[in-house]
Amino acid sequence: MAQIFHRSTNTLSRVTIFGAVFIAGFVLWVIGGIVRSPYVTNQGIAREQPVPFSHQHHVAGLGIDCRYCHTSVEKSNFAGVPPTQTCMNCHAQIWTNADMLAPVRNSFSSNTPIRWERVHRLPDYVHFNHSIHVNKGVGCASCHGRIDRMNLTYQASPLTMEWCLDCHRAPEKYVRPRDQVFNMAYVASDQKTLGPQLVRAYNIQKLTSCSTCHY
Amino acid sequence: MSDNKTTLDFREFRERIGDIRGKEYWRSLEELSRGADFEELMQDEFPRQAAPLANGVHRRDFMKLMSASIALAGAAACTPPSGKPEKIVPYVKQPEDLIPGKPLFFATAMPLGGYTTGVLAESHMGRPTKIEGNPDHPSSLGGTDAYMQASILGLYDPDRSQVVRTFGETRTWSDFIGALQPVLKEAAVNGAGLRILTQTVTSPTLGAALRALVAQYPGMQWHQWEPVSGDNKREGLRSAFGGYVNAVYHFDKASVVVSLDSDFMSDGAGHVRYSRDFASRRRVRHDTKSMNRLYAIESSPTSSGSIADHRLSVRPSQIEGCARAIAAGVGLGAAGAIAENASWIAALVRDLQRNQGAAIVVAGDDQPPVVHAIAMAINQAIGAIGTTITITDSPEVEPVNQLESLRRLVTDMNAGSVKALIMLGGNPIFDAPADFNFAAAFDKVPFRAHLSPYYDETSMLSHWHIPETHYLETWGDGRGHDGTVTIQQPLIAPLYNGRAAIEVLATLAGGMDQSPYDAVRSHWMTNGANETLWRKWLNDGVVTNSALPARTASASTSIPAPVAPKQSGGFELRITHDPNIYDGRFANNAWLQELPKPQTKITWENVLLLSPKSANAIGFGDAERDDLFNEKHTLQADLSFRGRTLRVPVWVVPGMPENVATIHFGYGRKHGGKVASEISEKNPGGVDIYPIRFSDGLTGGAGAQITLVRSAGTYPIGCTQEHQSINPKDVGGDRGIIRSGTFDEYQRNPHAILGEEHEAAAEKDESFYPAFEYKGHAWAMVIDTSVCTGCNGCVIACQAENNISVVGKEEVVREREMHWLRIDRYYRGAPENPEVYHQPVPCMQCENAPCEPVCPVEATSHSSEGLNDMTYNRCVGTRYCSNNCPYKVRRFNFFHYADYDTEAMKPMRNPDVTVRTRGVMEKCTYCVQRINAAKIEAEKDGPQGRRVRDGEVTTACQQACPSEAITFGDMNDPSSRVASLKKEPANYALLEDLNTRPRTTYLGAIRNPNPEIRG
Repeated sequence: MAQIFHRSTNTLSRVTIFGAVFIAGFVLWVIGGIVRSPYVTNQGIAREQPVPFSHQHHVAGLGIDCRYCHTSVEKSNFAGVPPTQTCMNCHAQIWTNADMLAPVRNSFSSNTPIRWERVHRLPDYVHFNHSIHVNKGVGCASCHGRIDRMNLTYQASPLTMEWCLDCHRAPEKYVRPRDQVFNMAYVASDQKTLGPQLVRAYNIQKLTSCSTCHY
Repeated sequence: MSDNKTTLDFREFRERIGDIRGKEYWRSLEELSRGADFEELMQDEFPRQAAPLANGVHRRDFMKLMSASIALAGAAACTPPSGKPEKIVPYVKQPEDLIPGKPLFFATAMPLGGYTTGVLAESHMGRPTKIEGNPDHPSSLGGTDAYMQASILGLYDPDRSQVVRTFGETRTWSDFIGALQPVLKEAAVNGAGLRILTQTVTSPTLGAALRALVAQYPGMQWHQWEPVSGDNKREGLRSAFGGYVNAVYHFDKASVVVSLDSDFMSDGAGHVRYSRDFASRRRVRHDTKSMNRLYAIESSPTSSGSIADHRLSVRPSQIEGCARAIAAGVGLGAAGAIAENASWIAALVRDLQRNQGAAIVVAGDDQPPVVHAIAMAINQAIGAIGTTITITDSPEVEPVNQLESLRRLVTDMNAGSVKALIMLGGNPIFDAPADFNFAAAFDKVPFRAHLSPYYDETSMLSHWHIPETHYLETWGDGRGHDGTVTIQQPLIAPLYNGRAAIEVLATLAGGMDQSPYDAVRSHWMTNGANETLWRKWLNDGVVTNSALPARTASASTSIPAPVAPKQSGGFELRITHDPNIYDGRFANNAWLQELPKPQTKITWENVLLLSPKSANAIGFGDAERDDLFNEKHTLQADLSFRGRTLRVPVWVVPGMPENVATIHFGYGRKHGGKVASEISEKNPGGVDIYPIRFSDGLTGGAGAQITLVRSAGTYPIGCTQEHQSINPKDVGGDRGIIRSGTFDEYQRNPHAILGEEHEAAAEKDESFYPAFEYKGHAWAMVIDTSVCTGCNGCVIACQAENNISVVGKEEVVREREMHWLRIDRYYRGAPENPEVYHQPVPCMQCENAPCEPVCPVEATSHSSEGLNDMTYNRCVGTRYCSNNCPYKVRRFNFFHYADYDTEAMKPMRNPDVTVRTRGVMEKCTYCVQRINAAKIEAEKDGPQGRRVRDGEVTTACQQACPSEAITFGDMNDPSSRVASLKKEPANYALLEDLNTRPRTTYLGAIRNPNPEIRG
């Protein structure tokens, strides 16, 4: 009986068998790359908003503190998106006729809220609390990046669980003094000595139990 | 009845009980009656998992669907997971004091049967999500019952009526006002034609409006009717005190309590408070010197009777005789001819006399007025009036005999003298006494308007139906059990265009549309309020010092002579309201429908309760044993009462008196929501008992009028007692799941009630590995089984807090109910009148949790604080964990039980807890969302943060419990209550010999029997 397969298939099969590990590794590497990519995480994607609000202008340009608008960031899980009233505090006086601000004025006069596009979105089974992070010395910029340089807001970090755990496992790598939390431009001079000191001073715990976030 | 059928007797049960070693606890007749096959059932974690699909999918279709699903699931994996973009919608003008993401609590009040109980409603940015008791309100003291907890579902219920209707056609509120004008014009001339029908009213504002209306339209009559009748109590107290008065009991001052068929801890005004007061004298700790004692004389098992120290099971008609015998014992009236139980009653009487001024005799609402009068006479004789019982004026605006009030209305309707009938709430077409023929009389009224939360039986026959607001949607007020007034403030604007009774009355008065807020506020502003006081009242949830003052009254001690002796022989029928859906008004509340009933553990329907012997007497013999003592289905009987026959499922209950049949009314709704009405068509579930509820037999009847005949066929039933049960071999003395003892034993040797096994098990705590050191918090729970009445408040509280789904009757029958917390019921002793023990079983949070090592994906793991975490998003649904859990506390979501689609249900859910999807295991987490919230607040307190203080975290079940049976806290904090309870001699863990080291432990049930009574 004639051979069904040509002799060259021997090589092919050997390559396949020995290469299986590498092929599987490659596939996993590709999948790993995809799930960490902005395609999945939405990292770095700016959202179009009903009003093209610029953090760069308001924070860097005008020097408004984060907490002027995000009032509940020190008290609640939710940092708070400002009510239209907050916009109108200033915009009743300045740029009162700007076209760009028409949705704000409409919202205020018709008592209908502005529907902002959510930029940072966690799944429903993850519970994140802003207030405890801010109170324990995690800077706004540590997660949100240089908001003061963003024209349209985008998500600066991947918000993957791996990324969360990086800090939860070793908070000393990222914590900063409480009075620098809202300072966008803060850079630690010597995080290696300061970090552990702050961890002790603020009694920061390494919370990695599942129920810290998932419940 | 032939002799060969009498084997369905207690003899064999007794033999079986004899086999069980130790203290002889058993859970159900099924367990007693069955041998090997029952055990086999126990071994199966999911006995019904191989059940065929309900809608009969063919194998080929199934394969096709599955392969398509897998292919599509693969395709779905290629889309970005972020899904639909979400919006953030901030306020335009943010309310003061509101911090987005943090709940606010508002004091308001829930009315039931006319009386209100103060509550604190949790509001998440304007959405009420949870009800807690108001610690400042005397009827609550912070506790809640199942009705209060479930009322949040009632608020969002999408089946609530949403529009004004005329015989089904949509109309507007102004159409109604227009149609009302000719009626009012006529009423101004002839007021007698205008009638208003309400339920019991304690609301001062509503009462004032009704009185004003009576004055405005001379001759107008105001009728009241409430199917869960308070008439017996009203009339009984009237004959004792010479007028309509109210009795407020102080169970915290009573050392001896006698209940005459009264379920004072789960029924009637103030029962939450009474439960707490009673429990305050019943908690036994190592240094406790005294304990109260409860004698229950009752005709059906009740929650209160289930924790009694002595329970006498008698026929309903015999209660009066018992009351007379007690009265005779304390020197009132002639000694009755009660031969049976004479020594029992004599001992009870001696106990009462020893405790002059520290005892209470309380009569049940289903007992005739004479029993209430006798009870009050006894109370007078033993010095209870003025000490343990306060007599006040009635909190009701117009206390009347409601049956007579309704009878007058029906007579006048039949006579044609009623021109217009305005019904504020209630559902008389469904619930009026059968012999009144209410529907026929109703038809003769030319103008009928019905204010009702649902488009129900009465609405359908009325000219006008107006949707009624929920108590969380409108302003109002009402009085509690002691007369304390609470201003009921709304948490949310009416969701479904509802109107309040106050608004309807305002239009009847011909005034302009008056908002309920204006009505309530102006009433109180002219009755002693000012701006400061008004704000204080709203904030506190009580009107300061509004409890009715005590009257110096004494009860008449002359005992009325007994009327003709009760006929004996034959069956006695007892009809009473349902413990879950009340008079039927909560029939559309799926949480209450699926709640296992406190004593029978039956869900979704009513059944006829019989004792085993009585079941035998109507022909259920030995051959039917497997059907009758089976917790999946049961047999049926035809119940005839005065010529009307109903087919009802039969349920055999230990502790029922002989020849008594008890059935609950409220089921069998034809209209008024999908849950209420479709249940009976599809399943079928629930029988309407009102057709056999007659005006001279509202609580049943006796004698030859009743016949009970067995009928053919079996009937599926969702009884949860044997679901997710701990293996029966573990019950009883073997491994001590329930441990109990008497107060005397406890005082002699507090460790004795735990038994020798406990000592042995404690020593067995060993491991190859060094124990994990819990350095921070160590959360733990202790449940005191001495005070648990099995009232179910905790079960619904858990359901509301943790977004637990309802599964429906069919799924309950398949053992798939989702309650994270179940209350197991255990019996001890002979089935004629066993002792009952309730054991709430949440997750034990084992330190050596058997569920954790078997999870292939680490979806369940241990937290550093000792919680047995369940990570829903990791779970792939192997169910190994549940299989390996010895306590059976894990619940698997087989189908997509959570309703993701109904818009109305979305705002109801607790935003701090994930809404779980199908294919995911879920379980009690000790309310970890509350723990985390408290920890975060503590950590933010000061530069270093601080530890969570004892009492800062309460679990939902703990907070709801009326009798404070549940204690939760940090075991590592030596000053915490839970740490001190763990050191109590009666503290034990379930199945501790497994070395699971559960964090949830129990305090053994301690009863205080009278040493003079043996048995």
